[in-house]
Amino acid sequence: MGTEERKKLLSRLRQGLQHKETQQKFVRLEGSMQVLIGLFTSSLANIQIEAARCLHELSHSSDPAVAEACLPATSYLLTYLSGHSVEFTELCLYTLGNLAVESDAVRKRLLPQGIIPTLASCIQSPHVAVLEGLGYILSQLLQAREAATKIIPLVLDSVLPQHMLRLVSSNLELGMGVAVEFSWCLHYIVCSHVNNALLISQGIVSTLVLLLLELASMISKAATEGLELLICPVLRCLSNLLAEDETDGCKVQIQDERLLVALFLFMQYFLQQHPFIVQECLWLLNNLTADEPIFCSAVLTLDLLPALLQLLPCSRMVTLLALTVLCNIAEKGPAYCHQLHQKAVLPSLLSTLALSDAQVVGQSLELLHLLFLHLPEASDDSLSQAGLQALEQHQDNPQLQERVRALRETYLQPAAASLISASASAAVLLSS
Amino acid sequence: MLLPPELSASLQVERPLLPVGPRTPPRAPFCFSPSRLRFHRQHEFFEDGDIHRHLYLQDILTNVTEVTERSKVSEFCCNIVGCCQVFDTLEGYEHHYNTLHRNMCSFCKRSFPSGHLLDTHILEWHDSLFQIMAEKQNMYQCLVEGCAEKFKSSKDRKDHLVKVHLYPSDFRFDKPKKAKSSTKHSKPPSKLDVSVPMDVNVETYEHLQVDSMEICPSESVANPTQPVSGPISSLQEKKLYKSRIPSTICFGQGASRGFKSMKKKV
Repeated sequence: MGTEERKKLLSRLRQGLQHKETQQKFVRLEGSMQVLIGLFTSSLANIQIEAARCLHELSHSSDPAVAEACLPATSYLLTYLSGHSVEFTELCLYTLGNLAVESDAVRKRLLPQGIIPTLASCIQSPHVAVLEGLGYILSQLLQAREAATKIIPLVLDSVLPQHMLRLVSSNLELGMGVAVEFSWCLHYIVCSHVNNALLISQGIVSTLVLLLLELASMISKAATEGLELLICPVLRCLSNLLAEDETDGCKVQIQDERLLVALFLFMQYFLQQHPFIVQECLWLLNNLTADEPIFCSAVLTLDLLPALLQLLPCSRMVTLLALTVLCNIAEKGPAYCHQLHQKAVLPSLLSTLALSDAQVVGQSLELLHLLFLHLPEASDDSLSQAGLQALEQHQDNPQLQERVRALRETYLQPAAASLISASASAAVLLSS
Repeated sequence: MLLPPELSASLQVERPLLPVGPRTPPRAPFCFSPSRLRFHRQHEFFEDGDIHRHLYLQDILTNVTEVTERSKVSEFCCNIVGCCQVFDTLEGYEHHYNTLHRNMCSFCKRSFPSGHLLDTHILEWHDSLFQIMAEKQNMYQCLVEGCAEKFKSSKDRKDHLVKVHLYPSDFRFDKPKKAKSSTKHSKPPSKLDVSVPMDVNVETYEHLQVDSMEICPSESVANPTQPVSGPISSLQEKKLYKSRIPSTICFGQGASRGFKSMKKKV
């Protein structure tokens, strides 16, 4: 039988293997995998590619028995990653990635077979398709349950992190797919908190900050579909890196105010279509404003407060985070509270006090407390007094009652209370 | 969202840094203190973004599965002297070249899947100094990338590959240098016939013997009349297999992979 005919047969096998029953039948037939692997290692290039496609189909199976039947192929799949054919390498990468997702047994085999050093060589390829495939398989390995103990230490020990940092920031116009894969990889590494000090020493913070600035400038220029897929993991990395323990000697400080502008641009752009980006931005904003007066001051002096307040009536998590950021600002002292009060934080705050979620109300109470503490005169005006009156609705809630009582006892003016009258407090309640 | 106009321009203008008051601990019953939040991998905070990422990947993986219709060119022949393969796609030629010609040993014309394996081969098979040095020190390098172990003999290396790296004992790219008399004995004695579609016959193994990827002969080198252990002998007993193809199979349309072709699933 000629090569061409065999190629056609393999092609038909591949179509069959798109179906679950065929996959299962195939691997159960005695000797079938051996033959397939034999063809996969053929030096007849077109036979080899067709056999590789069959293996790829098998790798899609969710049946662990099928994945385990592919185990004998893994050493060859890895060997071929050092080859030069782009399409073939890509196929091997996705096949390995799919197998690694499904099966603990496969991963247990791949690690001693040297997958991490192999990927570390492979990442130096100039081909976009290879890099995307590599990013895919790495992102799957990094999510394995044993990743923190078995996989991430090996990755951190290799040249992979340096290359990942290089790849997330280069060629955005050409290969955003590559940047997306590796930024998710970085997120899985960072949020596992294995050795972030190492990444920090390799310059991850400045790389990612510059990347976000570049992405923000792309947003203002022209809509790029799918930008949120890249922005999301980068935001997460920076937020978690900022939260690294000082005891490790690697407290991260960011002071570039342009980052603040970038975050608000993202929030504005994605508020309707991809609201999850808003909460991710606010998380970073919290971590930036917690310790740095620079960012707290900039929110006020760049006139970003109205935008922040607009986020208050959104989802629960967004509201909570926005309130926390406001607390970060208020906590900085009288000058900050003065600006907050001047720029009309109170009306928005009073609306949140009328909500039913105890955690949201609790955070609002904290903000109110900070405002009145640093700016006592703020508690005097009629709006505040009406708000304090309205707090009565929460006085039976065990999570809130102590704080409610403290505020009312300290700031509620008994004489004013009756004069303010029900109409003012009703107005506040009705408008929320 | 109400962002002020000319936001980036405002960054250039000098703005005061508001003075910070003295930091005091929170007063009971209030407990707020600014702190940087840290979320671990499994935190529910990540759920929405993770779902979005998952959907994106599903799209990508669908595209990879679809076989790209490669643009065909008029048939051309491989340039390399002695090779007469013909191609009608550039990708087919590229893979052929990379498989057969790229990492080829100039001494014995065997080709290898990577430069690393070629280098190892040349060293162990064609370097006379190697054999001399191998008598005194461990020279056989482990084949696995990243493993620096060296061994006294090819067999020791193979044992290491199997035990430590979980490689198959018949790994195709690890064969000891054979004496000339024992070549080709791993060929199966009979050729199984094919009459039914979808059967892959063992003839392919014959073709495989012709080229470089010879199967490791294992311990039966000493006894050439015995059939080789491993996949070949079990293959002789195996039956032909059949797979049914559902008649409703359809090809994926040629799809360009990658970020730009992201299709939203309804």
